[in-house]
Amino acid sequence: MADANQSNRPLSPHLQIYRPQITSVLSILNRITGNGMALTAVLIAWWFLAAATGVGYYDLVNGFLTSWVGLLIMVASLWAFWFHFFNGLRHLRWDAVQGMGMKTVRRSGWIASILSVVATVLCILLAM
Amino acid sequence: MSFITDRKRVDGLGSSHNGVSHWMSQRLTAIALIPLSLMFLFPFIRTLGADHAVMLQTYAHPYHALVAVMFFVTLCKHLQQGVQVVIEDYVHGQRMLLTSLILNKLVWGGVAVIAIFAIAKIAFSA
Repeated sequence: MADANQSNRPLSPHLQIYRPQITSVLSILNRITGNGMALTAVLIAWWFLAAATGVGYYDLVNGFLTSWVGLLIMVASLWAFWFHFFNGLRHLRWDAVQGMGMKTVRRSGWIASILSVVATVLCILLAM
Repeated sequence: MSFITDRKRVDGLGSSHNGVSHWMSQRLTAIALIPLSLMFLFPFIRTLGADHAVMLQTYAHPYHALVAVMFFVTLCKHLQQGVQVVIEDYVHGQRMLLTSLILNKLVWGGVAVIAIFAIAKIAFSA
């Protein structure tokens, strides 16, 4: 292995040294929301499986997903979805090498954050 | 002492062991999920909490059944890729890493199959 000079290299500053910035916070939030929604995907697949199984099992799973615990998970997932959706659009734009200036990156970050909250509230109103 | 150069020794053995296929596939599923997730989301949030009969009636319709199947297939692929990146970042050791990567693929393949089966059963029996 390439182990020459491995031991006494300087360490880069640890994460907690840095002041949180919109860029770094949204970056880790993209990962957290994406991986968090893994649980939601399993729950929704479970909901479909329960519906296919029968009315008794459906009522159990549907009841859990609309209990206060279930609704908390679903509302959190709804925001996670919209955040990941709008932030994902930022990522796809960067992949096309557009909007990469620092000023644009910060502004699109705030726009994605605000839109994620607005879309979540609108969806909750739509669901009620 | 080896006479192989440093460059030759690491050739094709970067930490990922492969090229851009994962990156490209993750973007393609992301783009496909832009319309699919929206087409799935709005009927879903109106149906969650509904009676069993209403739920069956909704997803027995070919449009909703097909959207749900396409959404779940693409979603499970995208999730598998997204979780894989996290595993590659945080799981260390060859054995643990390989085990996690294989389990990750099995889990999302399984979720996709369960969802497809459930939706198909609803669509074909109602």
